[in-house]
Amino acid sequence: MGFGRRFLSSPSAAIGLMLLAIVTVMAVAAPILYPQGPWVMAAQPFLWPGEAAGMPLGTDALGRDIAAGLFHGAQVSLMIGLASAAAALGLGVMVGALAGYFGGWIDDALMRLTDAFQTIPPFLLAIVIVVIVNPSVTTIILAIAAISWPAIARLARAEFLRLREAEFVASCRLIGMGDARIILTQILPNSMAPIIVTASILVANAILTEAGLSFLGLGDPNVISWGTMIGMGRSDFRTAWYLVLVPGGAVVLTVLALNLLGDGLNDALNTRLHRR
Amino acid sequence: MIVLGIVLVLQFALLHLAPGDVADVIAGEVQADDPAFIEQLRRDLGLDQPLPVQFALYVRRILTLDFGMSHAFNVPVISLIAERLPATLLLMVTAILGAFAAGMVMGTVAAVWRGRWADVAVSVAALVFYATPVFLVGIGLILIFTVWLRWLPMSGMYVTWVQHTWWSFTLDVARHLIMPAVSLALFYVAIYTRLMRAAMLEILSLDYVRTARAKGLAPGRVIWRHAARNALLPMITMLGLQVSSLLGGAVLVETVFGWPGIGRLAFEAVFRRDIPLVLGILFLSSVLVLLVNLVIDLIYTRLDPRIVLR
Repeated sequence: MGFGRRFLSSPSAAIGLMLLAIVTVMAVAAPILYPQGPWVMAAQPFLWPGEAAGMPLGTDALGRDIAAGLFHGAQVSLMIGLASAAAALGLGVMVGALAGYFGGWIDDALMRLTDAFQTIPPFLLAIVIVVIVNPSVTTIILAIAAISWPAIARLARAEFLRLREAEFVASCRLIGMGDARIILTQILPNSMAPIIVTASILVANAILTEAGLSFLGLGDPNVISWGTMIGMGRSDFRTAWYLVLVPGGAVVLTVLALNLLGDGLNDALNTRLHRR
Repeated sequence: MIVLGIVLVLQFALLHLAPGDVADVIAGEVQADDPAFIEQLRRDLGLDQPLPVQFALYVRRILTLDFGMSHAFNVPVISLIAERLPATLLLMVTAILGAFAAGMVMGTVAAVWRGRWADVAVSVAALVFYATPVFLVGIGLILIFTVWLRWLPMSGMYVTWVQHTWWSFTLDVARHLIMPAVSLALFYVAIYTRLMRAAMLEILSLDYVRTARAKGLAPGRVIWRHAARNALLPMITMLGLQVSSLLGGAVLVETVFGWPGIGRLAFEAVFRRDIPLVLGILFLSSVLVLLVNLVIDLIYTRLDPRIVLR
């Protein structure tokens, strides 16, 4: 059975993929369905979901359409999640590859640096970075990347340590291949499986962190993310709890989908390992 | 020790990335715009020295546990932290022990009845717990147990308007503790459940478990005395890794519930650009993380005598 079919035959992967597709469509459709953006006051405030036609999810304390916020928020959350995961992946794989491949003092130095980053409470570090460099989409992405690369670095290092001694790597050395070429074209492709699985968890955690930051009011003031919506709805949640439930549900479902996807990938990639 | 050194360098570098310096912040707070005054302030604070000198001075002060004055609260940083730390420790320890116990039971149940409805229910619950942000759990709990049912107090650590005896004080704190601890714990319940389930599944298939069963031991005894004990080892490793993320979660939980701990203090400090306080909290929480990991290494050698500390 091919990788694709094995992957889709697992129900968790299929559900995860479906949910993610919905969120992606929401993100893409946001500017088409709600071209006026999420900030405009569209109707009277505190309309409950389903109360008025054309406002299926109701309005918030300032009469803004919650559905518009949800769609545009999908864009922001997905973008921040993907970008910061990509940045963390790049940095983590680089550090882990160098440490694992070369060993010795390079390994020692890089791993102590990784230890230090893992010792500082990550969310706290993210808050400090965002506040010090001023909240914007870019700094949030950088802050999330800064707290999530160490896990990837450890994983990549373990893979490189293992593969460094493999026979095919030894034969590459024998024919005179350079270090850079061995790392990039030989070991890296072979160590991608566990890293790809972790990447989906990385995106999920990035979305959670972003939601936490903007819930605390540390999001980019120019964009609305799901976390921002929860934070804004919090002051009125006693009476209008849908203000928190709708964006909160979106966060939960998206993070859930990414985790299911990770599980599915893990199963699909592992059977290949077993069969070998 | 090396790790702590790097942590210090990182923090120092981070603060010098910030636009403006402490003198600007203080001047802003007392609303002084006289350049001569700000210069004087810089000299007093040692900010006119070159960076390496500033760093050396900073390290020397930290080594004597002098974190300076918090200019937002006008109190020494160390006493502010000492005052708030017990509340956070209480919250963290309750949450993590609760999560550990719940995860152990749920994971075992799922592994023993693998593939049956109990396993499915536990696994789905774990997935949902894992995906729900802590602050969302907090708001949901407040809505249900404070607003609708009126069972539990919404925020704070104890009520201030009554005279407490020792016993009523403990009870009162416990009542205030339930919701924050549960919010903080759920995410870790998910992690421990999945970990315990995986470890138990692996161990239940081992020879010595089959031997114990073949000897005719009661199933409950085999599961708890023989299998679960060994499944605990990876869970305890996880505990050490989790301390630092737990402190981050505490920031959110303490903000939602108005819990007077370090997390909320950190949030206030960051918002008011109280740099000595931010640095003090970052540094001391890193120390806390290292200490907990040391203790866990020691517990590990007790639980598994084959492991020797180098």
